[in-house]
Amino acid sequence: MDQLRKKARELLESGAVKTVIGYGQGSGKAVRAVFIRQPEQTEKLILDERCRQNLAVYLLKPEVKNLGKPAVVARLPVLRSILQLAAESQLADGQMVILGISPDGQLLDFASLKAVADYVSAQSLELPPPEREQLEQIEKKSPAERWNFWQEEFSRCVKCYACRASCPLCYCSRCAVECNQPQWISSASHARGNLEWHLVRAMHLAGRCVNCGDCARACPVGIPLNLLTRKLGEEVFKDFGLRAGTTPELKYALATFRPEDQEDFIR
Amino acid sequence: MAQAKLLKNDSLKGLFAKLKASGRRILAPRGKPERILFEEVSSPEGMASKYIQTTLSAKSAVFPRCEELFQYRFEGKDVKIEDRQLDPPPTVIFGLRPCDASSFAVLNAVFSWDYQDAFFKSRLKNTAVIGISCRESDQYCFCTSVGGGPGDTKGSDILLTRQDSGDYLAEILTAKGQELVSLAPELFAPAPSAEKGKFLAQVPAHFEVKELSQKLPRLFDSGIWVEQSLRCLGCGACAFVCPTCVCFDIQDEADREAGSRLRCWDSCGFSLFTLHTSGHNPRSVQSQRWRQRLMHKFSYFPERLEVLGCVGCGRCARSCPADMNLLEHLQAIMEAP
Amino acid sequence: MAEPNIYKPYLMRLEQITEEAPGVKTFRLLFQNEEESKNFSFQAGQFGEYSVLGEGESTFCIASSPTRKGYLECTFRQMGRVTTALANREVGDTIGFRGPYGNTFPIEEWFGKNLLYIAGGIALPPLRCVIWNTLDLRDKYQDITILYGARTVADLVYKQELQEWEKRGDVKLITTVDPGGETPEWKGQIGFVPAILEKEAPVSDNTIALVCGPPIMIKLTLPVLKKLGFTPENTFTTLENRMKCGLGKCGRCNVGKYYVCKDGPVFTLAQLNELPPEY
Repeated sequence: MDQLRKKARELLESGAVKTVIGYGQGSGKAVRAVFIRQPEQTEKLILDERCRQNLAVYLLKPEVKNLGKPAVVARLPVLRSILQLAAESQLADGQMVILGISPDGQLLDFASLKAVADYVSAQSLELPPPEREQLEQIEKKSPAERWNFWQEEFSRCVKCYACRASCPLCYCSRCAVECNQPQWISSASHARGNLEWHLVRAMHLAGRCVNCGDCARACPVGIPLNLLTRKLGEEVFKDFGLRAGTTPELKYALATFRPEDQEDFIR
Repeated sequence: MAQAKLLKNDSLKGLFAKLKASGRRILAPRGKPERILFEEVSSPEGMASKYIQTTLSAKSAVFPRCEELFQYRFEGKDVKIEDRQLDPPPTVIFGLRPCDASSFAVLNAVFSWDYQDAFFKSRLKNTAVIGISCRESDQYCFCTSVGGGPGDTKGSDILLTRQDSGDYLAEILTAKGQELVSLAPELFAPAPSAEKGKFLAQVPAHFEVKELSQKLPRLFDSGIWVEQSLRCLGCGACAFVCPTCVCFDIQDEADREAGSRLRCWDSCGFSLFTLHTSGHNPRSVQSQRWRQRLMHKFSYFPERLEVLGCVGCGRCARSCPADMNLLEHLQAIMEAP
Repeated sequence: MAEPNIYKPYLMRLEQITEEAPGVKTFRLLFQNEEESKNFSFQAGQFGEYSVLGEGESTFCIASSPTRKGYLECTFRQMGRVTTALANREVGDTIGFRGPYGNTFPIEEWFGKNLLYIAGGIALPPLRCVIWNTLDLRDKYQDITILYGARTVADLVYKQELQEWEKRGDVKLITTVDPGGETPEWKGQIGFVPAILEKEAPVSDNTIALVCGPPIMIKLTLPVLKKLGFTPENTFTTLENRMKCGLGKCGRCNVGKYYVCKDGPVFTLAQLNELPPEY
């Protein structure tokens, strides 16, 4: 934490960045996203196991961009989000300073997105056993049981789009659900409308999700949405050997073609 | 009007049975500790008891998140409209906190403003509230700052206050409440020693709301809105968990033969809320939308409709993925120069 | 339903379509139900929600005058989903109409005064209603001047009526197109509306000004009016905000403490000046 605060202070004092996006004291025992602009305020930065929110989501917001060049505190999922956003031409190398954080809380210095990619490639991106277990809980259900499970979960959905708003990869200025010529997906919160939304969103994130879990944390009614995108991410990896957020070059499985791509699932 | 009776905890089962037998639907709080919602129940078994507040409000009982306004069929160049036959089931909401109970008056102020919304009014008419006062509050609650309180009776037909014995003081407040009692009068005994005040949570008031309403317009051009909303993600969670948020969208859903017109919840926090077809958007950045949310609830509502657009339940802060703590923001506004 | 369904539209028959300008059409609508037609009335300035059932609703002012009974007219430009669906309707089709909503031009307060109408482009329709209303009560008013401009000659709407107004001896009509928008046959003025206004310099004493136009035109016209001596209380406009329910409930048109659908769409400049710039 001291390492981080010191670095943040240096960056602000030297004018290298105008704002540091990190975590600070929130309500009660929680932490929240903070936008530090004064060097002495860097003392307010916090770094511990509560710091889970994917801060990459703020890098694309016009209000934050207006503050000037940012530095962003980035644990692994945030690093991957940044790489994926760069691959999709939403962020450019040098647009922000990346304050990488290792799993044991050490500050990592990245001079470029390539350095971030090298670091990410050296990490294991396999699902840790508890996360695999969550998928297996559903995978072992029959199709009918799975359908009932998700119908039950979606019945609580109120279409608040907190899932979309908290996800760095949902950056479309006009989301699919907001297109009305034609109205591809119903915007109403009834059974069909809820189902359409979640299915389309999961498909639009297939292979792009970095498994940060913010969507499920953001959902006010606790729908485990991250399981859908996590599952699809695993499927894409199984079929194409590619994962989201590993390189700043576009190698997205569902948007690029390689002659060696598998075809055995095409029946 | 208020009569004080004792309703034993053991009697709840019988009361629910009588309510069901009378043809009423009962909505009560149920669920895991971190996610309690109002669900249709037939008995008090499994009802949530130790919690501060439900995740979603009970507003969908009178203002559903998707309401069919009417249906239509296409017949050549003609259209036949089939109006809704409004027959909402008589409903009892059990376990509503006083803040939520007072929210119905806010919704009513909007839905009866000149034009009478029959959907809302018929549902409200058919809804009775058995509220429960609050023995505990948390850091997000601020009912006492907005004219409410943990034992407030506004909006409840019967208000229960839990005694140490586990039984309830039942204040019978309205004719609707009396009607409910008459279904099971034997369950409501005299209550000579039941108390209320000492079982209510201590909720300190944090600001004078009239002062807030008067101060807000002066802060219209202040930089505070940008500061407060930097971390806001622009979702609709706050509006949708809120018991008094009432803004909505009207959508048509149809195929070549028939369709319906729907009224759906909407939020002024969404970026497209005020977008004109020409592309012009009067509130194109989040700080303007955040300002609108607060001004609408704390300034425009009191000025036009003579009710405050907030009951201090704190749900918005509890549900916000970005920890936008409304009480904290309001206190900052009161302290702003 | 015991109480009327305030969201349910009247069913109208599309009787006549007039192509006013590229992308702009006027619809004449008749009530399909005789009873409803007899009982319906409205006042100048009010608007309605026009729908293509299955697509949605769109907000337009009522462009015909309340003095002419039996039909309603609206004029719109094809822009989005609903206006495109409307533009594709044929004579004989069913159109939904909800209304009349909103406040009205206080034309009775203006008896004995001069009237100055200033409109630009597609913003003539909201004023057309009140223009005809006052022309149908002609002897109640003093001088009536209409200043109307559009980008090009093709973009002028109500071309038929412009001729009618021109022919009348009791109205002063000034039409203009933007420099470069004229055709060889064009006999009107050439210049932006604010410039023509300044040139014509209508008298402001005992005069009510009504302005309606695209934001840029309004922005440049208001200072000219001020220079000519018009007060904010005597200058009126009508706002076309993003509206949805028209009933003061859905919250979309809330600007400051006003709801455009209830406190407007007719506003004096004095009222507009109090509003935050969120429209």
